[in-house]
Amino acid sequence: MTETTVLTETPASRGEEPEDRAERVAARAEAVARVAREFAAAVDEEGRFPREAIDEARAQGLLAAPIAETDGGLGYSITELCRMLERVGRECTSTAMILAMHHSQVLCLTRHADTDHLRDFTRRVASEGLLLASATTEVNIGGNTRTSTCAVRPIGEGRVVLHKTCPVISYGAYADAILVTARRSEDAASSDQVLLVVEAADLQLERQRGWDALGMRGTCSESFELDATTRADAMFATLFETISAQTMLPAAHCLWASAWLGMATQAGLTARSVVQKAARKTPGTTPPSALRLAELEVQLQSMTDVVRASVARYEAAWEDPATCESMQFAIAMNTLKVSGAEAVRRIVGDALVIVGITGFANRSPVSLARLYRDSIGPSLMVNNDRILQHTATMQLVSRGQR
Amino acid sequence: MDSTAIETTVREVLAEQGKLSEDAQSIAADADLYRAGMTSHASVNVMLGLEDEFDIEFPEERLTKATFTSVQSITDAVEAIQND
Repeated sequence: MTETTVLTETPASRGEEPEDRAERVAARAEAVARVAREFAAAVDEEGRFPREAIDEARAQGLLAAPIAETDGGLGYSITELCRMLERVGRECTSTAMILAMHHSQVLCLTRHADTDHLRDFTRRVASEGLLLASATTEVNIGGNTRTSTCAVRPIGEGRVVLHKTCPVISYGAYADAILVTARRSEDAASSDQVLLVVEAADLQLERQRGWDALGMRGTCSESFELDATTRADAMFATLFETISAQTMLPAAHCLWASAWLGMATQAGLTARSVVQKAARKTPGTTPPSALRLAELEVQLQSMTDVVRASVARYEAAWEDPATCESMQFAIAMNTLKVSGAEAVRRIVGDALVIVGITGFANRSPVSLARLYRDSIGPSLMVNNDRILQHTATMQLVSRGQR
Repeated sequence: MDSTAIETTVREVLAEQGKLSEDAQSIAADADLYRAGMTSHASVNVMLGLEDEFDIEFPEERLTKATFTSVQSITDAVEAIQND
């Protein structure tokens, strides 16, 4: 794997030479990656929001990447988005994860905005470079985002109010709007959910717990009491279960896994450079660490293929709601999250052992310390066991087609 | 088995496994079961109950939300599988 292969496979584009488009797509990712790399250590040390890299993403138009060009965006496909995250994920996990979470929300808008207000808002995301966060988890729902306790309550004059206790809203304090799930009404079943867009001006966030974590420190995944008063037409008419199945869940898993692939790729490149340096000192003798590097390559190749094939699977199902809502697709997107999370943890850990003590050091040109701490996060964010539990339930009736 | 008999059994399985907020015996045949509180987890238990009761297997292409949306859609699916 070379440093550029993560950017080479951009799909054919619309109305321009594919090479030109691929170059522009790669250049934008490169610009964000450069800024992300410059500030990654400070973001991690201070546990702060990576504002420089997110500002650069905004300046590159990348916060609106999947929005149609006619609506002011860049018209990125899911594949192009995911390749961008692979690149940024190599430099700063927090920046890549924030962009991944943001784009999971933007895609809900581009694919499901079904009121005039939401369509206007989508265009504003592009024209104003708005950053979107999400509040889908809630206390006492056991981490199952497909159930809510809180409910939307109409207060007349086309407005609604909502109170939600959120154990985590990543970069909630820095977002221009938050997409929130809630029960449709106070007498709705816990699974009868809607999704609504609440802009920062219509929000009150009371911080309950800060974010001083082992890794992914720049995501600022704090907990909040959320109070919102907003327009009723800021609520998607489409049921959340449909949005979740067709977009939020598969998009999130593809985007996250791509960021994790970037992390694993970077760890692999670091290990490779260290082994090659050792080899140059002993021409004619393959250093013992090269065997470990070959083993690492097995894992890296497998992770790369799983992630990119899964993104391709989603790209192929993009316009086909029936496929997106099928059980085999849901299982595939669940297993992608679990395998990606486990792969990045193993690969970064194994790469660290290959690099040795200089990789273990916090301050060294080949340090993998931050990346190692970050690599634990994917297995915890939406715990793998919970996803496996859900997959296990589906396995009871699945016929095993893939 | 005619469709009335199938529907009766479907409603019995729904009452047992569907965790509906409404009475499975009286809910309208075209009412959305998910809106009536059936979770995806409960819908799997409904499938298992139906497979046991009717001694059938739902083929992969029928394992979609649409198949399990209402009493009517489930009844139609069971009937189609029995006639295959």
